[in-house]
Amino acid sequence: MRHFIRSAVVAIAMATASTLTVSAAMAADLSGAGSTFIYPVFAKWADTYKKDTGVGLNYQSIGSGGGIKQVIAKTVTFGATDKPMSDADLEKNGLVQFPMVMGGIVPIVNLTGIKPGELVLDGKTIAGIYMGTITSWDDAAIKALNPGLTLPSTAIAVVHRSDGSGTTFNFTDYLSKLSPDWKDKVGSDTAVEWPVGVGAKGSEGVANTVKQTDGGIGYVEYAYATQNKLSYSKMLNAAGKVVAPSLESFDAAASNADFQDAKNFNVIITNEPGDTTWPIAASTWVLIHKAPEDAAATGEALKFFAWAYKDGKETAKKLDYVSIPDNVVDLIKTSWKADIQADGKPVYTGK
Amino acid sequence: MSAAQEALPAVRSSREATVKRFAFTDAVFHALTRAAAILVLVLLGGVAVSLFAGSWQALSTFGFSFLTSESWNPVTEKFGALAPIYGTIVTSAIAIVIAVPIGIGIAIFLTELCPRPLRRPIGMAVELLAGIPSIIYGIWGLFVFAPFLQTTVQPFVIGIFHGVPGLNSLFAGPPYGIGLLTSSLILAIMVLPFITSITKDVFDTVPAVLKESAYGIGCTTWEVTRHVVIPYTRIGIMGGVMLGLGRALGETMAVTFVIGNAHRISVSLFAPATTISATIANEFTEAVGDLYTSSLVALGLILFVITFLILAIARYMLMRIDARTGA
Amino acid sequence: MMTLCVVAAGIGLAWLALILGALLYKGLAGLSLSVFTGMTPPPGEAGGLLNAIFGSVVMTVIAVIVGTPIGVLAGTYMAEYGRFSKLTTVVRFINDILLSAPSIVIGLFVYELMVRPMGHFSALAGAVALAILVIPVVVRTTEDMLNLVPNALREAGTAIGAPRWVVIKSVAYRAALSGIVTGILLAIARISGETAPLLFTALNNQFWSSNLNAPMASLPVTIFQFALSPYEEWQQLAWTGALVITLTVLALSIVARSLTGRRENG
Repeated sequence: MRHFIRSAVVAIAMATASTLTVSAAMAADLSGAGSTFIYPVFAKWADTYKKDTGVGLNYQSIGSGGGIKQVIAKTVTFGATDKPMSDADLEKNGLVQFPMVMGGIVPIVNLTGIKPGELVLDGKTIAGIYMGTITSWDDAAIKALNPGLTLPSTAIAVVHRSDGSGTTFNFTDYLSKLSPDWKDKVGSDTAVEWPVGVGAKGSEGVANTVKQTDGGIGYVEYAYATQNKLSYSKMLNAAGKVVAPSLESFDAAASNADFQDAKNFNVIITNEPGDTTWPIAASTWVLIHKAPEDAAATGEALKFFAWAYKDGKETAKKLDYVSIPDNVVDLIKTSWKADIQADGKPVYTGK
Repeated sequence: MSAAQEALPAVRSSREATVKRFAFTDAVFHALTRAAAILVLVLLGGVAVSLFAGSWQALSTFGFSFLTSESWNPVTEKFGALAPIYGTIVTSAIAIVIAVPIGIGIAIFLTELCPRPLRRPIGMAVELLAGIPSIIYGIWGLFVFAPFLQTTVQPFVIGIFHGVPGLNSLFAGPPYGIGLLTSSLILAIMVLPFITSITKDVFDTVPAVLKESAYGIGCTTWEVTRHVVIPYTRIGIMGGVMLGLGRALGETMAVTFVIGNAHRISVSLFAPATTISATIANEFTEAVGDLYTSSLVALGLILFVITFLILAIARYMLMRIDARTGA
Repeated sequence: MMTLCVVAAGIGLAWLALILGALLYKGLAGLSLSVFTGMTPPPGEAGGLLNAIFGSVVMTVIAVIVGTPIGVLAGTYMAEYGRFSKLTTVVRFINDILLSAPSIVIGLFVYELMVRPMGHFSALAGAVALAILVIPVVVRTTEDMLNLVPNALREAGTAIGAPRWVVIKSVAYRAALSGIVTGILLAIARISGETAPLLFTALNNQFWSSNLNAPMASLPVTIFQFALSPYEEWQQLAWTGALVITLTVLALSIVARSLTGRRENG
């Protein structure tokens, strides 16, 4: 018996070893890393793209900060980040950035007797709640926004992300735009010094904690709200209209964003104008080297992005993402041709 | 000259050759083991150097205040390590206080009390606890254990100690489920198999003669355990506890899920807190600024120093016990 | 007093039952043959974990092959040749510190050591990071177990003329085998669930890859990414993957125990 196990182990080991190879990473194997937000749609795109073209693109979610560090260190072909890099940093590291996909961030609440979408909130009130100045659900500020609802006097249990996150960056950016108080005392970043509340790991953790806690409020990407069937709130947008979270209202935010005049596509699409615009939208940018060492890999990556902009729209929609509007895609492709060059020629040769 | 006398030098020389060969192979083996031991030193040296290099920016910016400040603000780039240091020490301490008696208890149960046919399966079951990946403890903690604590245990405890001075602030609400105590409990579960399996193994090494002579003079099972088995294996048990403590101090994934990552020091055990490794794991991947990253690496360096101090204290205590018992 | 020990055992087993129960309840639902034949799927599609399982096995095996001999040899030096030397005292101390180094720190170290100079993530770097995690566990248990081998045994060996290394190999190792194996198993158990050191070394891979010089998939990283995603198929695979890891470690313990023999029932 012992002998049998031993020879079985040896056989398995040899079979495994024989499949292993140590070879240089091939150009056909592209790698990217960064934002967690974009990971699911990249995974889906990459799967379809590999089936269609045979080119495998391995994208891994190691966080936006990780993506930036890796692309600077040239360990990956491209990085992806939820927080845009500043013009100076892009210049210093020889990078270009462009938006890849957009989405919406949704406040979720747990209030007995209130149905999904019944509650209306605005940026100032949410800032007050997250500052700790509004502490119960029947506060005058919330009542004023919801004249038709009978609100309980339940204490508000604030839930935020415990891990650093691009979602937190966009959420706090929105609060900073709406509340000077928030901007002064807290500010916006992937992690901030939260005045009140409890941190939960990941959006799934936030969703779960809100679900468990009576009077809870949190913020998650739209996909988590729909998949978990959570009670979300409507928002009062910059135009003073009440909007519900939906792909259409996120799309409105994307379309109303002014990418034309922004250098390096550095527009954070929170609190954008427009009657139907959802106020807390977010985008993910791709970072790639201007003068790539491996021009072939960068060229393949750009081809993949071009394919995703054009043929990946349906996929994105199914996963609750918003595609980049066509006029912005044209701007992006122009920037590729102008900026990303090897041996004096543009790396991207497509249309 | 007889034939036997003639053969003697040949025997002697072949014996000499053998001894020489033995000496040579022994020297090789000696050198090999020594090289491996030195490699362990080099490894830690390497890790320490890379940590030090990485944390230099933060340490030179904040100086000593990095250790005393409770502020952790990525927006204004003001960082202080006090809250994670506090959380690391408190969670590990609570975990060890819970896990050591239970772990040793299980080991005693397995070696002395348990019916023979059950020993293997139960021992295996406890070791299995060590085999569950830490991320599972985290997910289980977040989605199963924390909600359970939040809805049943915590309100109950808060209610009991409500009017008791001192204890009421130790168990103050609101019950979120995640926090200091939840992390400590999860850590205790994770550390348990380390302590148990090492303790059980060292208990097995106690010579039967020793135990039998103690039984022979009429000792009870407890007395044998207390006065023969535990003293004989003290160093080994300590090794198991150290392994457990090491894991508790450095455990990343499980704690990350259930601690809440709040850079605040609050008296209540139910409040969210943070530990060094949880902070690194939660924030490192998303940290963009150089000073932010450097501060996170500096936290790692501090954990090294904390471990160093705790181990030094443990060794010192052990030496004092040895001196007192004259062993 | 002894009743307390029974209670302690009861508590330990109850915890195990709770976690295993949850794991079985959530993991079994998704356990099917396709888990072992399909690749990690994109969201919303059926698939398996084959590439992740393969990657985990490869990296764990390399880590154990590299880490165990170093750990056992270092432990041997500390318990046999240099039991009272300064070097041993220092290494023992250093080793305990390595034990509690957060795994992410080890990952960062290997990142600077291998990934940066090589210019890309690789399975090899992941294996080295895991090996560094294996070493201190094995060193600690090897030393402890060898120290517990009675000196009389060694003296008996020396008395019949065996050189030191033969005594170590044939007497001390044999007497301490069960404990050393426990140490190796604990080490495997520890690395089999490690996410943090792999994230910055082996990265992960959505596709099948058997190239040691390229990013490779692993179960823990896949579980981590899938468990916190909003998609049901991914969450299901995460639980199933967790069950697979746990059961594998269990099976490994049983096989190793039956190979190293019966000291258990003593």
